[in-house]
Amino acid sequence: MAEATHDVRLTVNGVPHTVSVPARRLLADCLRHDLGYTGTHVGCEHGVCGACTVLLDGEPVRSCLLFAVTADSAEVTTMEGCRAGDGGLGPVQRAFSECHGLQCGFCTPGFVTTVTAYLRENPDPTAEEAREAIGGNLCRCTGYQNIVASVLRAAQILREEPS
Amino acid sequence: MKPPAFTYHRPATVAEAVEVLADLGADGKVLAGGQSLVPVLNMRLAAPKHLVDINRLGDLAYVATGAEMVRVGALARHTQTERDEDAFATLPLLRRATRNVAHPTIRNRGTTVGSIVHADPAAELPAVLLLSDGEVELASAAGSRTVPAAEFFLGPLESALRAGELAVAAGFRVPPPRTGSAWLEVSRRAGDYALCGLGLAVTLDTDGRTLRSARAAYISVGPTPVLVDLTDAVGGQPHDRADWAAAGGLAASRVEPDDDIHATADYRRHLVRVLTQRAGRTATAEAIRLAGAGEGSDG
Repeated sequence: MAEATHDVRLTVNGVPHTVSVPARRLLADCLRHDLGYTGTHVGCEHGVCGACTVLLDGEPVRSCLLFAVTADSAEVTTMEGCRAGDGGLGPVQRAFSECHGLQCGFCTPGFVTTVTAYLRENPDPTAEEAREAIGGNLCRCTGYQNIVASVLRAAQILREEPS
Repeated sequence: MKPPAFTYHRPATVAEAVEVLADLGADGKVLAGGQSLVPVLNMRLAAPKHLVDINRLGDLAYVATGAEMVRVGALARHTQTERDEDAFATLPLLRRATRNVAHPTIRNRGTTVGSIVHADPAAELPAVLLLSDGEVELASAAGSRTVPAAEFFLGPLESALRAGELAVAAGFRVPPPRTGSAWLEVSRRAGDYALCGLGLAVTLDTDGRTLRSARAAYISVGPTPVLVDLTDAVGGQPHDRADWAAAGGLAASRVEPDDDIHATADYRRHLVRVLTQRAGRTATAEAIRLAGAGEGSDG
């Protein structure tokens, strides 16, 4: 017997979607495979690495620990939604680029979404606070120094150029 | 790694939820924040036939602070509990412990009550519930019952929750006046499970000098959180000469940690001894401050 599906409405980066998925479809897989938002990366699939972090109604969550059906009617922001209005790099993405805050880039979407939400709450973090803010995201390339610098640089950009 | 197939239920009210759970019996599993359950499903360590999603029971997303209890509803995320100012003013240990639960991203989704019901012996909130003489409110089609924390945690990932029951709230008891508290834990990395951790509460006498009682609840050193009354070691002593080393020794003799890949049992017992002393002094300093701040009347 075919697995039952559920209609799920999601607004992703401002664009409304309706998708019919099995209840066990993880939000991460729904975004990537059903809706094509491949900016969301799937690393560990059990909540440890943070690569799949998206914003759910503005708050960072692990999209690998959430069923799409549970997120029905929610607003989701992915890496793609962190771009600037003209389609270029958004402020957090620019900071990561300027500060060399990525190497292979696999973990970067999780950092960008997490940092985007964090700087709304704390627009002027210390280096120590920046380190704490990214504590739930793993990067195996950089050693984190440049990521901490990127968080501080992103905060600076956002203060200088409020959107 | 994809979860096994299950039938999905999304009740709109508590009444509907307990009805569904009653029908499903042992085949039904409640999904709240899912931050412990979904990893287990992704790794296929469990395969419940039915999931009952309570994320639409918005009435349960509350933190209510009263004179005797801080009540946390089943849909209050850790973040909500952590940020609640009334709860912090009344029971600061709740925020201090919650800040050690995983990472902020996990706390945005995971729930306080879910963590308690999951009954992981490495989790913070079961220990806070135990230390505060708290209770869990369980609803079912047959009626409700309230289980004291001391009877709730039965083993690793095993609680007194029965098939067909929904944990609707946890109640943390407000500590007596002149009570200071501390939460301490040691983990390999920030946000990881603790190798050992504890919540400790110290209550001073009306003179603001003498230790009336001291208790602590330990995590990651046994099959359930372990409550130890330290009053035998430090009770009746002046706060500036309290024998916290004896309290640490007493606690170390009461826990039965296991070796695992992260730490040996001996090291965990060592942590119990050392962290008890540190937490005892920190909690005492807070109790002194509170006693001096005019909480002098006996409660």
